[in-house]
Amino acid sequence: MLALIIRRLALGLVTVWLVSVIIFLGVEALPGDACTAILERDAHGEALEKCREIMGLTTPAFARYMEWSAGLLTGDLGVSANGQERIAELVGYRLRNSLLLAAGALGVGIPLSILLGVVAGLCRDRWPDLLFSTGAILAMTIPEFVAATILILIFAIWLGWVPAIVLTPADAPPLEFFPEFILASTVLTMLMIAHIMRMVRASMIEVMAGDYVQMATLKGVPHWRIVFRHALPNALLPAINVIALTVAWLLGGVVVVEVVFNYPGLGRLLVDAISDRDLPVVQAITMIVAITYVGVNLVADILSLALNPRLRSHQARRT
Amino acid sequence: MSTAPPAPRGPRSVEVLRAMIARPSGAIGLTLVGLHLLMAVLSPWIVPYDYKAMDATITLAGPSPAHWLGTDHLGRDVLTRMMLGGREALLVTGTATPVALIWGGLLGVYLGLKGGWRDEVAMRLVDAFLALPGILPLLVLITVFGSGGEVLMPTLAFFFGIPVIRVARAAAHEVVARDFVSAARARGHHPLDIVRRELLPNVTDTLLVEGAMRWSWMLLGFSALSFLGFGVSPPKPDWGLMISDARVYMSLAPLGVIAPVIALSTLIIGINLSADALAKTLGLDRSRKAVI
Repeated sequence: MLALIIRRLALGLVTVWLVSVIIFLGVEALPGDACTAILERDAHGEALEKCREIMGLTTPAFARYMEWSAGLLTGDLGVSANGQERIAELVGYRLRNSLLLAAGALGVGIPLSILLGVVAGLCRDRWPDLLFSTGAILAMTIPEFVAATILILIFAIWLGWVPAIVLTPADAPPLEFFPEFILASTVLTMLMIAHIMRMVRASMIEVMAGDYVQMATLKGVPHWRIVFRHALPNALLPAINVIALTVAWLLGGVVVVEVVFNYPGLGRLLVDAISDRDLPVVQAITMIVAITYVGVNLVADILSLALNPRLRSHQARRT
Repeated sequence: MSTAPPAPRGPRSVEVLRAMIARPSGAIGLTLVGLHLLMAVLSPWIVPYDYKAMDATITLAGPSPAHWLGTDHLGRDVLTRMMLGGREALLVTGTATPVALIWGGLLGVYLGLKGGWRDEVAMRLVDAFLALPGILPLLVLITVFGSGGEVLMPTLAFFFGIPVIRVARAAAHEVVARDFVSAARARGHHPLDIVRRELLPNVTDTLLVEGAMRWSWMLLGFSALSFLGFGVSPPKPDWGLMISDARVYMSLAPLGVIAPVIALSTLIIGINLSADALAKTLGLDRSRKAVI
């Protein structure tokens, strides 16, 4: 068990390290650098030299990678390209806002999607199942920005219940993001529910067809007890990894949703940085997202190892 | 996994297509995709107006006999732009998907057969690339290269090929353990021969279903990029861009948003339904597979 966890941890660290190398080398190998990106047409002669000197691009690539990654480890993300602002300060509040948005979506989405999945799985091929499953397919196929735009059109413009966009500054206290916050997290919740619900439904159907469920039924165990005590814990195990993948997807999906709602989070900072061709900021945000992704998946892996002894022995045999 | 003999390609694909149409999801999906392709091909000849033609006197007009879906904020005909709006997306993703499928599929099958340290190193790299979810890696490249179709096509082909490696490798792993591969090895066939004659025919079905799904995700990614302003450059019509432009005037001219939304959604739903029908027809149900 411990050996497995250590192995997963090591793999996660290797992945993070590789991501940092890819991000660094990717930018390094491509034509141009942070300076040509900012200066664009003026990137020649004296201006370019001066900019490179300020940004420290004259030192060799390896030394810069070491400095950059050492900075990452200590939480120093460097300075942005144009404003010469500290990236850590720039990112701080926005990271909090993005996490707030994701937490809102997850807090509502996970219980709701498990509930819907169980209901759909128990009512297989009857109307609740058909209704939820069709809804899930629709939610999964429609792009986030389309769903967001439709919600704004209906709830903000036609019905006028909530404001369409967020105008609160990034460093405001969390409570000030209400009620604008609701629509943005609804979009994320909707898309997230679709993925998790489908998984829970599929595994619920599988578990309910199992021998031990039949055994319990024959023994005369009440139906609700079979569902909640015997079937559900088993049905939720495979859902853990899907939830982790969904969280990871949320990190990408959040970019577009934040732009649509003008929400001051990490995603919008990223899009602004790309428009300004601010490479250091883009690199830093990409690293944060990658680390979160690896971390979330690691937690899910360890959690499912801890909760599922079968997986443990199976893994031990295989490796 | 197909156990069908490697019959000539033509009849089998016709057979699969027929079986797909027999399912309701396949019939609806293929019809939607077919209509979209038809519209993309024919639209330059049948659109009522020039997509660039502006008319300042009728900006944000509602539907009328002259402009069925009204006009946008520059007085351009929404119907015209909606009909043309999928061409760039279909061209870029339609080229990038097969490329992604081929390079990812070949590399994955090769790794699945070869194994060893190459496999281990490649899989760690794949993991690292997949740790950048969604459109993030695309955004990083766009920061450096700038946007536009000629940048997006290779970029999409590259990034969407990476998850294919994993799928193809897993599919190849299942086949490698079978007797006929050992037999081919024992006969002393060259590894490349084994890949071509034994492995590829057996993983094609998996790759086809994967490709159909990748296509819809790529389309999602492409239109999201357009929406963010990093995809198709104006004044070229594109659904993502149209939604992003028209959304500001949504309360005045909702049709400007609704039209491209419906066009984009029907195409993506069509592809998804077709992929679903294809998977079921080929006996590969994706319902248990995780989503990435």
